Amino acid sequence: MSKQQPTQFVNPETPGYVGFANLPNQVHRKSVKKGFEFTLMVVGESGLGKSTLINSLFLTDLYPERIIPGAAEKIERTVQIEASTVEIEERGVKLRLTVVDTPGYGDAINCRDCFKTIISYIDEQFERYLHDESGLNRRHIVDNRVHCCFYFLSPFGHGLKPLDVAFMKAIHNKVNIVPVIAKADTLTLKERERLKKRILDEIEEHNIKIYHLPDAESDEDEDFKEQTRLLKASIPFSVVGSNQLIEAKGKKVRGRLYPWGVVEVENPEHNDFLKLRTMLITHMQDLQEVTQDLHYENFRSERLKRGGRKVESEDMNKDQILLEKEAELRRMQEMIARMQAQMQMQMQGGDGDGGALGHHV
Amino acid sequence: MSKGQSGLGKSTLVNTLFKSQVSRKASSWNRDEKIPKTVEIKAIGHVIEEGGVKMKLTVIDTPGFGDQINNENCWEPIEKYINEQYEKFLKEEVNIARKKRIPDTRVHCCLYFISPTGHSLRPLDLEFMKHLSKVVNIIPVIAKADTMTLEEKSEFKQRVRKELEVNGIEFYPQKEFDEDLEDKTENDKIRQESMPFAVVGSDKEYQVNGKRVLGRKTPWGIIEVENLNHCEFALLRDFVIRTHLQDLKEVTHNIHYETYRAKRLNDNGGLPPGEGLLGTVLPPVPATPCPTAE
Repeated sequence: MSKQQPTQFVNPETPGYVGFANLPNQVHRKSVKKGFEFTLMVVGESGLGKSTLINSLFLTDLYPERIIPGAAEKIERTVQIEASTVEIEERGVKLRLTVVDTPGYGDAINCRDCFKTIISYIDEQFERYLHDESGLNRRHIVDNRVHCCFYFLSPFGHGLKPLDVAFMKAIHNKVNIVPVIAKADTLTLKERERLKKRILDEIEEHNIKIYHLPDAESDEDEDFKEQTRLLKASIPFSVVGSNQLIEAKGKKVRGRLYPWGVVEVENPEHNDFLKLRTMLITHMQDLQEVTQDLHYENFRSERLKRGGRKVESEDMNKDQILLEKEAELRRMQEMIARMQAQMQMQMQGGDGDGGALGHHV
Repeated sequence: MSKGQSGLGKSTLVNTLFKSQVSRKASSWNRDEKIPKTVEIKAIGHVIEEGGVKMKLTVIDTPGFGDQINNENCWEPIEKYINEQYEKFLKEEVNIARKKRIPDTRVHCCLYFISPTGHSLRPLDLEFMKHLSKVVNIIPVIAKADTMTLEEKSEFKQRVRKELEVNGIEFYPQKEFDEDLEDKTENDKIRQESMPFAVVGSDKEYQVNGKRVLGRKTPWGIIEVENLNHCEFALLRDFVIRTHLQDLKEVTHNIHYETYRAKRLNDNGGLPPGEGLLGTVLPPVPATPCPTAE
């Protein structure tokens, strides 16, 4: 409580002040030192501007040497999972951001198996975390679970497509879904409102659980409450992405230049890019928490419940494994016998250094 | 006939092309009307008139095309429909007592709407056009072109043209049907530079520079449909209606229909349909005929 101490404490001279009010600051310092990690998955048909949007959101270039395949090549392709990690830093705070891309989604003529790869990837990450968590050394658990999934909806349709519905229903219990309307500069304001409403209606109709922003706490200031309210009212966000600087109204802005005007990425009247970015930044923590407390716990309980049944099949597997091991043992013994025979022949033929042959069983 | 996934602006564009409400827009659908489970064929006929010239225009829409999760063979109902129209015409033609003017329900032109992804064609687009460019005149159109900047537009068009060429898809105007040098040079220019047309459609009017124009109003500007700097709608309209309308009909009649007819007669042993050997019943209209050409 001396004046030489840094002024992190408020009213240090108040009687009865213990000092644990400083805990948040300590947590903050430790978190900053540890750094944050966040995994974002982007799913959507090709050509919806996913990569451009991700690059715009994080002001980076995640896909430096990108080759876009032609349609004939796309016929053969299956859905792939590509994860790229980038470490970005801002004012001393480090963020290890992993973006999981899903090229090939929605491209095939028959998209029935489109999302199997994606679902097994998500499950795999949960499985790995569960395994690490149940392990002996839990010091360096890497959290690669998918914290949030941006699902890109086409602005060209009249709402959700059958594939959209099927996919979202398949993953809404595993990951936080944030639906995003891509290439929003193709819609007039009225069309945008109509499309948003239609999408929300269809989401409700099909009982799809998308990520809901938590309401602002009652002790937050009015600005924050208003901001949260505005964000909630704009879901799904309709966005435009761009990393090109265009000259507009005398200043340089990020945008897209058309013969009829300039679409400014960071202009809230043009699109919801800023809202999406704000939501992501202010709710990154919440997204991680919901992933941990809801989706992961769901997965874990399901898995452990299944684990009881799985033991039976493991018993059977054990028998099988035993049989296999016995067969392998027999093969090894045969091999040793052969090698011994060879050695004997060599010893009879030449020097006796065949005895140095090391057996590796 | 207008084809393409729902929401690409087909109905709006057709309305704009013919400056009248010839197509029912999906947005005015009842809320209960969902994306149909199979591809439907909806034909609506109108009679429109301009300068004393009457034209019976039939617009065939195909809701449900390409919207499902599994789109395999979704072009089959369409191919079947087109062949049915040829069959109808053929039956009338071989009749002993022929009508003076055979009602022509054949499809003269198919506008195929490509989604403006900016990347390339979709596998579905390729498959569809491969199958159907052999039975009908296909004019590929890039829909909702207001989503691309000028560079993106020209890059995309080049890419699409190349893909169509590499995959052997002949869209209208087909190179092999150019009659003389004049046609060839004119069509070459269209084929290599303008097509596929990148269009924007609209049926709303706004005031721009004192004139009323068809357009789309956005917070960052008004997109004028008939302004060649904004989109190529005017080129498409002139191409389909003002210069090549008759040619579309002729190519359909002289080439596509004749190909169909030749195949049908061949299948039937050189005899017209309806007269099998010893009065046997004719085989039904095949769903996917392979043309004898190539």
